[in-house]
Amino acid sequence: MQQLDLAIIGGGGAGLTAALYAARARRSIIVFEGNVTGGQIATTDKVENYPGFPEGVNGFDLAQLFLQQAEKFGAEVAYERVESLKRLEDGAFEVTSTERTVRARAVIVTAGADYNKLGVAGETELTGRGVSYCGTCDAAFFAGQKVIVVGGGDAAMDEGMFITRYAESVEVVHRRDELRASAILQERAFANPKMSFTWDTVVEAIEGDGKVERAVLRNLKTGETTIRAVDGVFIFIGQVPNNHILKGLVELDAGGHALVDLQMRTSVPGLFVAGDLRTQAARQLISAAGDGATAAIAAEHYLTELDAGA
Amino acid sequence: MADVLEVTDATWDADVLKSDLPVLIDFWAPWCGPCRMVAPIVQELSEEYAGKVTFMKLNTDENPMVPSKFGIRSIPSLLIFDKGELKGTVVGFRPKSDLKKRIDEALTV
Repeated sequence: MQQLDLAIIGGGGAGLTAALYAARARRSIIVFEGNVTGGQIATTDKVENYPGFPEGVNGFDLAQLFLQQAEKFGAEVAYERVESLKRLEDGAFEVTSTERTVRARAVIVTAGADYNKLGVAGETELTGRGVSYCGTCDAAFFAGQKVIVVGGGDAAMDEGMFITRYAESVEVVHRRDELRASAILQERAFANPKMSFTWDTVVEAIEGDGKVERAVLRNLKTGETTIRAVDGVFIFIGQVPNNHILKGLVELDAGGHALVDLQMRTSVPGLFVAGDLRTQAARQLISAAGDGATAAIAAEHYLTELDAGA
Repeated sequence: MADVLEVTDATWDADVLKSDLPVLIDFWAPWCGPCRMVAPIVQELSEEYAGKVTFMKLNTDENPMVPSKFGIRSIPSLLIFDKGELKGTVVGFRPKSDLKKRIDEALTV
């Protein structure tokens, strides 16, 4: 079995920053990533709130820069999904992925969050066939077509505006009568001539033969149901924390995020959680990266103490 | 080292549907970030499956007909054909081990 100082589970902003710090501390590490490096940022068209890029930067490109910088100092990313995390009797950890099991003296979990699903009829069957959770990935397939965007937060506005580059119209369907998105994004969205807003309304079903053709909308105030002919339904309704490997191991808050202290330490010695998966995260790339650095420094202290005691 | 060859709307029938070997086609576009992570994996697979499976790529910006015919509205998408029939579809980035599993499944059924 591979023996390591540190295993990092998740290769997003938090994980890649932790990897950079731990690699520079000359620790033996591995980063597990079951999807695209960069996590949520990898599918963000333009990042405008990460300092150092006054013109903004493409999220995927920025994630690749994070990766290159970590790799430059010797970090290695294994593109494998982690299935379990176990604490051993001697205090070390066993991390099992789809491909291997490694033993690590400390672990930083930066598994982040996944997008929420609507949970309505047709959603799963039509995913990739008109139902999408990523405007920047899929908008180009909707040139000149009609699209619904579900949600009222930053992601919904950002992605909705991106989709208007291609689509003929973007109808934002939101269950409340006001947006949650930041003021600047709201201003831009309201000013966009291709965007319209349907308030107090939910999508109840998505229909079509092999591809999205219709959406069933229901007004929550009047109860009235409308059938809308659309080609795409893009869903941006928040996230769920990827906490399955932490369950039973560390304490979680009501939203399923791990409880940590200001050094990203969980109640389990040697186990750290950083980024969107930790409690009260700001859910920004910059704070995730900051968390990753904090966790790596705390893990380094932990390992140094172990080294001294051994 | 076999390069992953381009297939187009015009060459689709000859290159894919009439191929003697099973064909995996990587649907991609230059603006698609995750597609840039799929490409090197497809390249590696093309070496591992040399002589058993042909690997090709299709630029969806330049070739709208084939993607539209197969209802592709998300990339990266990988389609696996054998003897002119669609045997499997993978939508989105997946690690290499997942892809190998999907290829093997698609071709043993």
